[in-house]
Amino acid sequence: MGRGGSRASPAAAAPPWHALPDEVWEHAFSFLPADSDRGAAAASCRSWLRAERRSRRRLAVANCYAASPQDAVDRFPSVRAVEVKGKPHFADFGLVPPAWGAAAAPWVEAAADGWPLLEELSFKRMVVTDDCLEIIAASFRNFQVLRLVSCEGFSTAGLSAIASGCRNLRELDLQENEIEDCSIQWLNLFPESFTSLVTLNFSCLEGDVNITVLDRLVTRCHNLKTLKLNNAIPLDKLANLLRKAPQIVELGTGKFSADYHLDLFLKLESAFSGCKSLRRLSGAWDAVPEYLPAFYCVCEGLTSLNLSYATVRGPELIKFIGRCKNLQLLWVMDLIEDRGLAVVASSCNKLQELRVFPSAPFDAAEQVSLTERGLVDVSASCPMLESVLYFCRRMTNEALITIAKNRPNFTCFRLCILEPHTPDYITHQPLDVGFSAIVESCKGLRRLSVSGLLTDNVFKSIGAHADRLEMLSIAFAGNSDLGLHYILSGCKSLKKLEIRDCPFGDKPLLANAAKLETMRSLWMSSCSLTLGACRQLARKMPRLSVEVMNYSRGACPLDSLTDESPIETIYVYRTIAGPRSDTPACVQIV
Amino acid sequence: MVMEMMIDAELRLGPPGCDVTVVQPARKKPASAAKRPSSVVRSEASGTDDHDDASPASKVQVVGWPPVRAYRKNAFHAAAEAASARTTAKKGEQGGGLYVKVSMDGAPYLRKVDLRTYDGYRELRDALDVLFGCFSSSSADGGGGGCQFAIAYEDKDGDLMLAGDVPWDMFICSCKKLRIMRGSEAR
Repeated sequence: MGRGGSRASPAAAAPPWHALPDEVWEHAFSFLPADSDRGAAAASCRSWLRAERRSRRRLAVANCYAASPQDAVDRFPSVRAVEVKGKPHFADFGLVPPAWGAAAAPWVEAAADGWPLLEELSFKRMVVTDDCLEIIAASFRNFQVLRLVSCEGFSTAGLSAIASGCRNLRELDLQENEIEDCSIQWLNLFPESFTSLVTLNFSCLEGDVNITVLDRLVTRCHNLKTLKLNNAIPLDKLANLLRKAPQIVELGTGKFSADYHLDLFLKLESAFSGCKSLRRLSGAWDAVPEYLPAFYCVCEGLTSLNLSYATVRGPELIKFIGRCKNLQLLWVMDLIEDRGLAVVASSCNKLQELRVFPSAPFDAAEQVSLTERGLVDVSASCPMLESVLYFCRRMTNEALITIAKNRPNFTCFRLCILEPHTPDYITHQPLDVGFSAIVESCKGLRRLSVSGLLTDNVFKSIGAHADRLEMLSIAFAGNSDLGLHYILSGCKSLKKLEIRDCPFGDKPLLANAAKLETMRSLWMSSCSLTLGACRQLARKMPRLSVEVMNYSRGACPLDSLTDESPIETIYVYRTIAGPRSDTPACVQIV
Repeated sequence: MVMEMMIDAELRLGPPGCDVTVVQPARKKPASAAKRPSSVVRSEASGTDDHDDASPASKVQVVGWPPVRAYRKNAFHAAAEAASARTTAKKGEQGGGLYVKVSMDGAPYLRKVDLRTYDGYRELRDALDVLFGCFSSSSADGGGGGCQFAIAYEDKDGDLMLAGDVPWDMFICSCKKLRIMRGSEAR
């Protein structure tokens, strides 16, 4: 506040600070990296609003329906980088109907019109069409960064447009999208004169890629730092590519299995040893243990390792990870088991983020020896550990209490016990006490997912103690309306709440209606809500959009249903754009 | 690699506290292309099924639980299928398959290969070609013709057999040793 950062005016007395020219404020605001700080500054007075909005370069729209694209363009005319997010998080697990919305097209069109100098565009969980990509390629002369995460609706034809049209492209980052393969060799369309690529990630692409073209592209892009290949690139081609790009910092391997041949192994090992700057490694689908030692020479330098698609188990995996002494991020399958995590605990003391994914999420018979023990070990020995996502089959309150005591610095704690309603496997008690210990100890906790058998008591603790909590995910938990009431009446910083299959009803929702406007969004599915409550909520809070989704065949118009009708799913979010007009039949706005 | 599912849109909501959302149909193969499935569901026992001999430990699967992304599920399915294919090949016969010695006439020492890691005769041939360089003079489309060497193997009974006659799975169960023979001797 008030840090003009300017030189004093010469001679006469300096102008009062509130009369300083806008350029001074714009310069001052450039030191505020957080959008929330800039927003707060902009709310102070008109001149700051003017200065801030005109100098804003980066814009993040966390809910594409919270404001209209035109609002964004009008308010922030000088933006160079935009990120827009669409579908609610539970869309990742199939809980959102396919045609729900989140079209990127209105944003792309508004941007093409209002932000011709746009350089970066990032979409997450949105529907991006080939048309969108063509418009992007044609509209922004200095377009540099395209990042699409968990999007769908486009094909390799759209990628061709980007490749041929974006002369200054630096980053093409495609993460976990559904991309239709039109068998178009889009990589060919990067012109021979094109050398500016720094990031190329096409790991989610399913089709084949012309290796020769890729090779030439990699060879001529001397600044390439991130290369993430797809599953279609075989192991021997990987070695060739690495030779052409020894400066690589982040690598996503293609398919990492092949029949074991000593000469291929040696070729790989030699290629990797040339990559002195390699710090982040991912991919490794179907990794075959015999080839893991080819990586040994880079282990020491690795800070990030994503083996979450590698179905490797056993001693080779553990030996490999044990050599990675400088890891800060580790994503693995539960095939690492407790004994593997014990090695992680003793070897990887700089670990900050751990994610353990289930190898057989639907098959209880497939027993993997990953229990609470692994998480306890890692949290005891890794002092910088602050973010955890852990899928397991059993847990105890005692383990959680120990973890909470060892690691008060958690910012993100997501525990998923695979079987709903699983109690403490030793005492058979609910896991209330354990999760309460987590929220009481970890004062900086921003994200929490709870699971297992839980009563309303755990929500009392969360509501009371989790002051910094921004996102909370609840499933198959609680026993009455009180549970939801504790959350909504507490949790001062709550932004996103997503709930499924909990016995929460209308009363706490209506009693805490005002809270919802302080939050970005609320998702509730398979709870005990009625249409009447939704109607009341919508009436009471005009700046909330209350979307109701029922999966019944042939969606009935809501008007014909009574207040008592049960509602399968609601999605409530604050918006300044009014009710959206692109809902499919199964989604209705109350 | 991608197993898309079409969800039948009828879900029934149980009373509060009920931990299962039942989905009616069993899995259906999709007609067309790559849309992310709205949910992946396998129902191994429907709620109304009261057969006592239903498969053990199978239960109705809950939509969207556990919370594993569709993208990750698809990728894992493919890997699991590949891995289990290797495992079933491995579990073939007692002492059959697995690492076998490979000798080639005129080569100073033998090699060993793991038959489990190949999917068929072509791959075996390619692998042996890399190890011994025996087929590199022949054309890419293998078999017969002007090829100098043939792959023979010793089976469980000790007989020397020409590789390629029996289905691959049967072959790896019975093969004890491989021998690369000069074409002239193989006739």
